[in-house]
Amino acid sequence: MSNEPTLRKNTTQRANGNVILDVKDLRTYLFTKKAVVKAVDGVSFFLRKGETFGIVGESGSGKSTTALSLLRMEPKPAGRIVGGEIWFYGENILDKNEKEMRKIRGSRISMILQDPQTSLNPVFTIGNQVSEAFTVQEGRKNNQGTLLQRVIDLLRKVNIAAPERRFSDYPHQMSGGMKQRVVGAISISCAPDIVIADEPTSALDLTIQAQYLRLLREIQQTTGISIIFITHDFGIVAKMCDRVAIMYAGKIVEHGPVRAIFNHPLHPYTHALISSVPRMEARVERLFSIPGQLPAPGEMPAGCRFAPRCMYADDRCHKEYPPTFGGLSEHTEHTTDCWRLEDPTWEPKSYSR
Amino acid sequence: MGTEILLQVNNVKKYFPITKGLLFVKTIGQVKAVDDISFTIGESETLALVGESGCGKTTTARLILLLEQPTHGEILLDGKDIYALQGDDYRRYRDRVQAVFQDPWSSLNPRIQVRDIVAEPIIVNHKLSRQEIRDRVEKILVDVGLDPVHADRFPHEFSGGQRQRIAVGSALISNPQLIVLDEPVSALDVSIRAQIMNLLRDVQKQYHVSYLLIVHDLATARYMAHKIAVMYLGKIVEYAKTEELFNNPVHPYTKALFSAALPSHPDIQREEIILHGEVPSPIDPPTGCPFHPRCPMKIGTVCEKEIQTLRCKDNTEHWVSCGLYAEGRPEPETGRQQ
Amino acid sequence: MSKAVATQPLQTGKPRSVSRLWWRKLRELPLVSIIILLIVLVIPALLAEVIAPHNPFEGSLGKRLQAPAFFGGPSEHLLGTDHQGRDILSRIIYGSRISIAVAAAGILIAGILGTLLGLMAGYFRGWIDALVMRLVDITLSIPAILVALVVAAAIGARFSSVVFIIALVLWAVYARQIRGETLKWSQSDFVARARVAGASHFRILTRHILPNVTNTLIVLATLQVGFVIVFEASLSFLGVGIPRPNPAWGLMIADGRKYVMSAWWISFFPGLAIMLTVLSLNMLGDWLRDRLDPKLRQV
Repeated sequence: MSNEPTLRKNTTQRANGNVILDVKDLRTYLFTKKAVVKAVDGVSFFLRKGETFGIVGESGSGKSTTALSLLRMEPKPAGRIVGGEIWFYGENILDKNEKEMRKIRGSRISMILQDPQTSLNPVFTIGNQVSEAFTVQEGRKNNQGTLLQRVIDLLRKVNIAAPERRFSDYPHQMSGGMKQRVVGAISISCAPDIVIADEPTSALDLTIQAQYLRLLREIQQTTGISIIFITHDFGIVAKMCDRVAIMYAGKIVEHGPVRAIFNHPLHPYTHALISSVPRMEARVERLFSIPGQLPAPGEMPAGCRFAPRCMYADDRCHKEYPPTFGGLSEHTEHTTDCWRLEDPTWEPKSYSR
Repeated sequence: MGTEILLQVNNVKKYFPITKGLLFVKTIGQVKAVDDISFTIGESETLALVGESGCGKTTTARLILLLEQPTHGEILLDGKDIYALQGDDYRRYRDRVQAVFQDPWSSLNPRIQVRDIVAEPIIVNHKLSRQEIRDRVEKILVDVGLDPVHADRFPHEFSGGQRQRIAVGSALISNPQLIVLDEPVSALDVSIRAQIMNLLRDVQKQYHVSYLLIVHDLATARYMAHKIAVMYLGKIVEYAKTEELFNNPVHPYTKALFSAALPSHPDIQREEIILHGEVPSPIDPPTGCPFHPRCPMKIGTVCEKEIQTLRCKDNTEHWVSCGLYAEGRPEPETGRQQ
Repeated sequence: MSKAVATQPLQTGKPRSVSRLWWRKLRELPLVSIIILLIVLVIPALLAEVIAPHNPFEGSLGKRLQAPAFFGGPSEHLLGTDHQGRDILSRIIYGSRISIAVAAAGILIAGILGTLLGLMAGYFRGWIDALVMRLVDITLSIPAILVALVVAAAIGARFSSVVFIIALVLWAVYARQIRGETLKWSQSDFVARARVAGASHFRILTRHILPNVTNTLIVLATLQVGFVIVFEASLSFLGVGIPRPNPAWGLMIADGRKYVMSAWWISFFPGLAIMLTVLSLNMLGDWLRDRLDPKLRQV
């Protein structure tokens, strides 16, 4: 990834506009007893103000480690950021010390978990927990009156009815949807610039999931924050995201505006993955199934990580990781890591459906 | 399908008692996990039970697997009540009905070789020679896409998808008539799911086996199932052939569920039906229709008081349990969904 | 499509040679513990006749209370002699047999009994569970020494009574631990699958649950050997354990009590043997626990 992207059809692929987060060649390795696992292996992406960016991947793709690295919360003690830059409003996050990072976490970049049950403390009231979020970041300079007012305002912002009364409720007195809203309120309490939404792999009920996504949308509309979605589900990407990066085994293999990815996936992995997901809207005769298994951590293929499962792979794919190519002309931000794109007219064959 | 009926579930209820006290146990209430459900599964047919957690679909599966005793009702396999089976009949039932569970990490005994995991159903129920067992295991492993050379390995040496293949192989080895699939792909990685779904469809044709599919993902249900029953709070609210149900859902809960599903393309914008409140507790379910407190289409006492039964909608095989379709009411307009 | 997968190599099952794996495991062993155990416990017990310089039961009063060789005593008795003129080194060497025999018999009986009851309680639940767990509670709440005194008073101090006392005190620990494990495994999907396949209760317990609790059993047993050796020594010290003139370590300490000021070596060396054995057994047990069953850390 360090070499300049090879251009395809005279496109510019670097970002312009309101970029607030610019990640360059991020590398986070896990140093285990047996081997060094390159969990995040040279990942670059950027995030604009007010947009929703998705990082999709399967287990071992490094999507969660990427998200945690943004907050410098890579899994300790095995995990270590060994290279790259994370530019956030002109400052490199990787140059900050722990004390400075604590100021950024929560107040500038915050994280929201999908499961409200585990992220609220059952022995404190809602008001307590929300106001704690303020005091942690700002110290105890607020007087109680204004603090109370701010908590109530915040609860109103996430559409909690009668926040004056809800204020002194305990989590168990609230419904699941309400708790989700409180968790949402805490995550935006200090008007962060970025919220990272990391989705647990366990299956959530459809209606609960829909509530959660709706809440995030509302929050985004009222505050104009940027959201990074970490998910394995293309449905969430389709519904929520403006741009998306597809990760496989520690690398971003394809990246672009969400419609470009869905309409013209260029990386064989993206293309196969989209073709292998059943649809609710239409009858599918037969799903394409990607052969083989995900590479085990520590046993990475030498060249393109997807080559052993790829129907287009040749000798070079197995030996050498491909450079990044620009996408089709109408999608200037569409990039793909695949040797096949050396041929400017190449496209993956469509699978019979 | 128009096939012979294999399994018949008639008015089955399963109430779990809530007890109090250590020495003198007192029943203080009941959880109505499954509350009067009926359905049939035909030969070589897949029926999917869909619904959210707590709707009773897993309990239904456990009842069919004889892991629970029903409080009321009967389940017939080939016309025989499965709870009255004794001796050889019971053993035959164990042979003919198998299961594949959700998590391939916890459903395979970590201390047993794959060969013995796969062979378990025929070791337990048949007197076969070692060579016969060996041959059948190797044939099954090939059928589920594994290399028989690996039969002597332990489960931890396989990936999630391969483990689920082992589980499918073990479920198939006794040539069963019915396999209960409890969320068979939801614990797997996205790129592995299609492999397992296609495998399940392929072996269904090869072995002429029926599936009861417990699933929360609607897209999976549409791909795998011939018929679908939608459950809510222990009851079946809608029951139809897959294509009919997706093209023309009529129960307000089914519609809400469908509207909450994630789209497969960013250009698909569904109108979201927002349900208010929470799923009521199955200890004290609402009177009448279990969905009425949250139903956006509720019509007075019909919904609040009367218990609706599954009724056939305009002579199709589309069954619905809803006050809007109560007897003597004119059929409401149903805008066909895309 | 599924057929294509068969040709893919297994991702995690790279053919590592078995001998290399063993070598790696060997290197991680707590070698110091094992060497101490071999020197103090195992080799003496196996080869007592060969390595013991004297008869442990016979002494001559003329040689009583001789100091260890390196402490100014005659070179004949490396660790000195006791009040009856018996060679302490030889008695310690023969004493290791008693420690091993008592520990093995006691733990075996306690382990079998506790595992059996724990399996039944955890698998069948209901009244069996209630009964077994109450018995466990009662057993664990009575002081072990009290049990020992009562039993010794009733049936006398013999080898068999010591084993009986140890089994009586220890079975509850196994029962409680194995019951918890069994409870967990009974709810696992693979047990459900076995039931669906038609496996009998006996088959499920022996084939599916028991192999999954063996790690726990091994770790528990290793951690308890040390306890049993100390316990046996305490019993013998109190005079309700192994009868005289057997060279049990605890008994030797008790015998030396009167001479602590003048002939400290009578009590000191058996005490050192107990300490080294128990310390290295516990270290070995900790290591095994970390390797096999980290959940047991609080036990």
